[in-house]
Amino acid sequence: MTGQGPRGAKPRRRLSGRNIMLYGTLLFVSLYYLLPLWVMVMTSLKGMPEIRMGNIFAPPVEVTFQPWVKAWAEACTGLNCDGLSRGFWNSVRILIPSVILSILVASVNGYALVNWRFKGSDVFFTVLIFGSFIPYQIMLYPIVILLREMGIYGTLWGLVLVHTIFGMPILTLLFRNYFSSLPEELFKAARVDGAGFWAIYFRIMLPMSLPIFVVAIILQVTGIWNDFLFGVVYTKPELYPMTVQLNNIVNSVQGVKEYNVNMAATLLTGLVPLIVYFVSGKLFVRGIAAGAVKG
Amino acid sequence: MAGTLRRIRPFRNIYAKIAAIPMVLTTMVVFVGGTLWTVTYSFTNSKLLPKLNFVGLDQYERLWSNSLWLTSIQNLMIFGVLSLVLTMGLGFLLAVLMDQKIRYEDTFRTVMLYPFALSFIVTGLVWQWILNPDLGIQHVVRGLGFPAFEFDPLSNPDTVLYGLLIAGLWQGTGFVMCIMLAGLRGIDEDIWKAARVDGIPTWKTYAVIIVPMMRPVFITTLVLVASGIIKLYDLVVAQTSGGPGNASQVPAMYVYRYMFTAQNLGQGFAASTMMLLSVLIVLIPWAYLEFGGKKRG
Repeated sequence: MTGQGPRGAKPRRRLSGRNIMLYGTLLFVSLYYLLPLWVMVMTSLKGMPEIRMGNIFAPPVEVTFQPWVKAWAEACTGLNCDGLSRGFWNSVRILIPSVILSILVASVNGYALVNWRFKGSDVFFTVLIFGSFIPYQIMLYPIVILLREMGIYGTLWGLVLVHTIFGMPILTLLFRNYFSSLPEELFKAARVDGAGFWAIYFRIMLPMSLPIFVVAIILQVTGIWNDFLFGVVYTKPELYPMTVQLNNIVNSVQGVKEYNVNMAATLLTGLVPLIVYFVSGKLFVRGIAAGAVKG
Repeated sequence: MAGTLRRIRPFRNIYAKIAAIPMVLTTMVVFVGGTLWTVTYSFTNSKLLPKLNFVGLDQYERLWSNSLWLTSIQNLMIFGVLSLVLTMGLGFLLAVLMDQKIRYEDTFRTVMLYPFALSFIVTGLVWQWILNPDLGIQHVVRGLGFPAFEFDPLSNPDTVLYGLLIAGLWQGTGFVMCIMLAGLRGIDEDIWKAARVDGIPTWKTYAVIIVPMMRPVFITTLVLVASGIIKLYDLVVAQTSGGPGNASQVPAMYVYRYMFTAQNLGQGFAASTMMLLSVLIVLIPWAYLEFGGKKRG
C-alpha cells in the first residue's frame, strides 16, 4: 500500500515490491478461503483408514467414491437409513414453490408500490423493511399458531408460506427499486391504451424485468436452500430440508464418526448454492448488493 | 373532472389493493401482530401452551438470573464485537487491496465470496472438521515435527468463541468486501487526482478522505452485519452445538430451547423480546441518522 496511488496507470515493473506485497497478501488470503473447499473434497474421496493415518490436507492416495454413495443413499438419521437423498428431494420440493410464490408476490408488491400507490402503501413498505430486521425468534411462535389455525403446520406448504413471508421484504425492495427505474411514460402510455393492473404487469413489466427476476431467483434459491431454522421449526422429521438432515447426520452422537461420509454429505448440501454461485457470477454480486444498498 | 376521478378511483385501484393483500397481511399480522403477541405473552406464565395469565416482569427476572442466559448474552457480546470489528476491518482492507487495479480481480472476488453462498450449517461442519484436534490442523502440524503444538479451540470453553469466529469470518468477510469495494468504486476519480496533486500519501488519502466519504456504506454494512450477528444460530448449532458444556450458547439457542423443547413458552418469549430490544438498540440510532439526514437534505 505504499508508492504510487492506486488509481494511476498500471505499474510497468511487474515485480515491484508493492506488487509482491499486494499479490502475496491476496494469494495468502485466497488460501484461507479455498482451504475448506479443498479439505472437503479431499476428505470425501478418502477411505476411513487413510483419514485416521494421514493428513487432512493431503490428496487421497486411493480415490474412492464410496463416501458419496453412502452419504447420498445410506447415511442414517434416527431410524431412516436412506441417506441425504431424502433431504435433497424435500429441499427441492420446498424450494420450487417457495421461489415461485415469493417472487410472484414480491414483484407484484413492487409494481403496486411504484405504479399504483394507494393511501398508506408507503407505510406498509416501511414496516416491511423494518420487519426484515426483527429477529425471527420473536415471530416464530405466533407463526406456529397461524399455521396451525390454517391447518398447514408441519407441512411443506406451511414452510413455503413462511419462506414467502420472510423473503418479502428484501424482494419487494429489489423489485420496487427496479420498477421505479423504468421510464414512467411506458406505464402511462399503456394506461392510455386502456390496459389494467394485470395487463400492464404481465405484458409490460414482466417482459422488461427479466434480469431482476434472475437476480431474485438467485437470491431466493441460495437463501431458501440454506435455511435451517424455519425447516426445524415448521416441518416434521420426514419433511426436513437437506440442511437439517445434514446437521442431524453429522452431529449425531451414535455410532463411529465417518468423516469422509460427513464431508461428502456436507459437499452435497453445498453443491446447489455453489453451482448457482459459479454459474451466475456477477448477478449474484448484484443480488447481495441490492440487499445492502437501500433505496 | 374531480368528480369523475373520485368516482372511478376506488374501481381503478381495487386490483392494486387486492394485489397488496399479501403485503398488508405480512406486515400487519405477522410482523406487527406477531411481535406484539410475543411481547404481550412474555409477561405471562405460559408453560406448554400460551395463556394470558399475567405475572408482570417475573419472566424477565428469571431470565436475568438464569446463568445460561447470562452466558449466552456474554458470548454474543464477545463474538459480536470481535466479529463486527474484524469483518468490517478485514472487509475494508480486502476491498482496498482489490481496488489497486489488480489483475485477476474477478478470480479473487469469486474465491473470497463463494463461502457466502454456503449455509452456516455447511460452514460450521467444515470448520468443525478442520479444527478437529485428533485429525485436523493440530494433528497435521504435530506430524510435521512439532509434537507440542496446540490448536484446539473448539474443545476449550475459553477459546470456543474464537473457533466460531474463524468460521464466521470465512463465511462473511467476502460479502463485506464486495459492498465496500462497490463503495470505493463509487468515489469520484477526481478526488484521487486532487489528492495526488496535493502530494497526499495513499494511506492518508484513505484514512482522511475516503473513509469519511464512505460513511453511509460503513453504516449500512454495520447495521446489516450487526443484525445478522444477533440472529446467530445455525453456525453454533452446526459447529459446536453450544458446547463444550454450555460455553458457546447464544440467545437464539436459548429461545429455541425454551420455546420448543423445555416447554416454558413465557421464558422463551421474554428471551426473544430481549433479542428484539437489542436489535432496536442498533436500529433506532441508524433510522434516526438515515431519516433525520434525509429530511435536512
